[in-house]
Amino acid sequence: MSLLVDMQGIEKRFPGVHALKGVQFDLIAGEVHALMGENGAGKSTLMKILSGVYQRDDGIVRINGKDAHFSGPREAQDEGVGIIHQELSLMNDLTVAQNIFIGREPHNRFGILDEAALNRNARAIFDDMNVVMDVTAEVGSLTIALQQMVEIAKALSYRSRVLIMDEPTAALNEAETNELFTIIHKMKSEGVGVIYISHKMDEIKRVSDRITVMRDGEYVGTLNSDETPISTIISMMVGRELNHEEMVAPDLAKAPIALEVNNLNRGRFVRDVSFSVKKGEILGFAGLMGAGRTEVARVIFGADQRESGEIRVHGKTCDIQSPSDAVKAGIGYLSEDRKHFGLVLGMNVRSNIAMASMQRFTGFGGLLDEAGMAASADEYIGQLGIRTPSDRQEVRLLSGGNQQKVVIAKWLLRDCDVLIFDEPTRGVDVGAKSEIYRILTELAEDGKAIIVISSELPEVLRVSHRIAVMCEGRLTGFLPAHASQEDIMLLATKTMHAPMKSTSHADGTMP
Amino acid sequence: MNNAASQTGRGGVVSLKERLAGAQHRLWAFSGLIILLVGFSIASPNFFQTTNIISILQATSVNGVLAIAATLVIISGGIDLSVGTLMTFCAVIGGVLLTNMGLPMYIGIPGALLAGLASGAVSGFFIAKLNIPPFIATLGMMLVFKGLSLAICAGRPIYFNDTEGFSEISTGSIIGEIIPALPIPNGVLILFLVAMGAAFILSRTVLGRFIFALGSNEEALRLSGIKVERWKIVVYSLAGGVCAIAGILLASRINSAQPAIGQGYELDAIAAVVIGGTSLSGGRGTMLGTMIGALIISVVANGLRILSVPQEWQIVVTGSIIILAVYADMLRRKK
Repeated sequence: MSLLVDMQGIEKRFPGVHALKGVQFDLIAGEVHALMGENGAGKSTLMKILSGVYQRDDGIVRINGKDAHFSGPREAQDEGVGIIHQELSLMNDLTVAQNIFIGREPHNRFGILDEAALNRNARAIFDDMNVVMDVTAEVGSLTIALQQMVEIAKALSYRSRVLIMDEPTAALNEAETNELFTIIHKMKSEGVGVIYISHKMDEIKRVSDRITVMRDGEYVGTLNSDETPISTIISMMVGRELNHEEMVAPDLAKAPIALEVNNLNRGRFVRDVSFSVKKGEILGFAGLMGAGRTEVARVIFGADQRESGEIRVHGKTCDIQSPSDAVKAGIGYLSEDRKHFGLVLGMNVRSNIAMASMQRFTGFGGLLDEAGMAASADEYIGQLGIRTPSDRQEVRLLSGGNQQKVVIAKWLLRDCDVLIFDEPTRGVDVGAKSEIYRILTELAEDGKAIIVISSELPEVLRVSHRIAVMCEGRLTGFLPAHASQEDIMLLATKTMHAPMKSTSHADGTMP
Repeated sequence: MNNAASQTGRGGVVSLKERLAGAQHRLWAFSGLIILLVGFSIASPNFFQTTNIISILQATSVNGVLAIAATLVIISGGIDLSVGTLMTFCAVIGGVLLTNMGLPMYIGIPGALLAGLASGAVSGFFIAKLNIPPFIATLGMMLVFKGLSLAICAGRPIYFNDTEGFSEISTGSIIGEIIPALPIPNGVLILFLVAMGAAFILSRTVLGRFIFALGSNEEALRLSGIKVERWKIVVYSLAGGVCAIAGILLASRINSAQPAIGQGYELDAIAAVVIGGTSLSGGRGTMLGTMIGALIISVVANGLRILSVPQEWQIVVTGSIIILAVYADMLRRKK
């Protein structure tokens, strides 16, 4: 069996961090080899070394048995190593074809471009992938899923024999994920070796042949996927067994309603939405991408104006027109994109926690009560277990899970008793995930009403006391905590027009 | 992936939808220009006269060429505050070569152009290799060029009286010699040619593709294996070369290299770029838009002068137009 990639004893140090400690990894032609580990385990660093973005300090890299020293991404590409980065790295103002062939545009000897050939070549790649794509569309105008396809096409265009995929399904829904797996299978059959990085266990089991686990910059082990139970993988990743308790929905029969929404409407994505959340309840919102879950949250929070409908908080009608109205009513919204909307990354933990409650800390003449802010910050650092050297640490230096806890602290300090969590564990590693689930449960026990929007069905099932499912802007049904994934998918694809038996309607939600 | 768009039978460079959007984009600025022209024509009979229109075009030539330089840099996601004083610096270099050293034009003018390319490359080096933010690097270079110009000339202008034909570069009219009814000055012709050249580079060459890519997502370009630093230097260098063309045009028009002028031109140039719909955050923009923007600025200045509006108020109006243009652009984008 020939090794497409063979990495041995890879060492990498950054200032103050020993990122990779003698790591090994190999890849066989025609296999999907999953690389797993918590955030910070060194997966991305290892892959950046393989793809020429970083240079190793020590160790051996062989491609097809030949020693390889890449000084840049271009050289790796020339040797057939392609990478699809975790953060989409496309140029939004350029067309699909222009993105794919950037730096390799067909041109004559005067540097004048041949756009017709460019578009033709791009079309040929998508034909090969069996994906319908307008190659002259601007990338910025495409859905995230289609942008992902552009990334894959770009990697394939280098005739890559090794394709590294870093969290390729982070932004894809079920149907799109299936599409991606079809493409991966096709590539496998053509002898391409795929390195697959993902946090989603069920995906790893479905798509991979072998699994290598890393932890804290070290190699832990390599296993065959079909022989390895998920619990083994997780314990290898975190170095301990995680307890997976079954969600037991509390008895909320007598609990008062905290938030009630009646006949909410806005555009295509919020159509006649009515539901209520009780004090102490966690209501999960499931649905495919584009089902309108985030849009509902934004309307309730006043970030978008509702066209019609009523919002009641603790039985009182609230005319919420702006986020500041919502906060006054006690509603907090934790955006899915916390780096853009939830945190000021360059400011410290203390200021971020106090951000929504500044009035409380503003004294005479606009002076800030730093001591008061510090005391509040310390309280929540302790209560939520935020791992930070001090409350003066800049938030951008914290891990994803701890950043999320800072956002939670911000809304708790503001006395919000209705909390809307939009994708609370996106970009958060496995260990921190279960901690966030624990915090959600504790908040509910404290009497907060909680809405959790999540694209990961296991997550919705894990945390929710009750599940609301949306499709095409409508609420298609409610399910109890112990529902099955199939039940949810059935409701999530229950379009108004298409009959239930059609299987194509799942991707029909995409533009 | 049921994208409805067909994948065959599309030979075009850009999709129809995109073309319409781009056309609509320029249509706004263009209608603004037309409204101004019509308004001033109604307000004053002296406005829409051949001689006045030609003087507007002549007045646009220098700012227009500078705006082209600024457009290249801004689309690439940068900013160049040194275009005005670099223009003057190149004119002074031309003066030194032609007047002080008595060299012929076929050496003096390429020499001035070379000075522009090299100076731009220096700014580009600071930005790309030393990672100095473009705003700071070019702010510094703006002062450096200003000081150098004054030092070289010892504060006095250099005249081009001994260089035969130098003033023809801007004020002569090759078109007028062929078609006497159309005495369009060479300066305007040069502006037109530079704009065509720059538009061609942007839309049809590898360099142009990289300029848009830099402004759109520099990191993505780097991860595609492109030597980003090198291309940034090329962009600033090219802009420097274009500034040198403006310098020669200006020197030719006033038959002298005036070391003290130049500062302030960069703001007019950036204003023209912004009115023309180029995004200051990079990745988007057109040469046609910039040309319309430059014309709007000249037309307003000229029209208000003809209506005897004091110069102070002309400046107020220009400022208001910039804000209006950008706001209109934002409104349109929101839709």
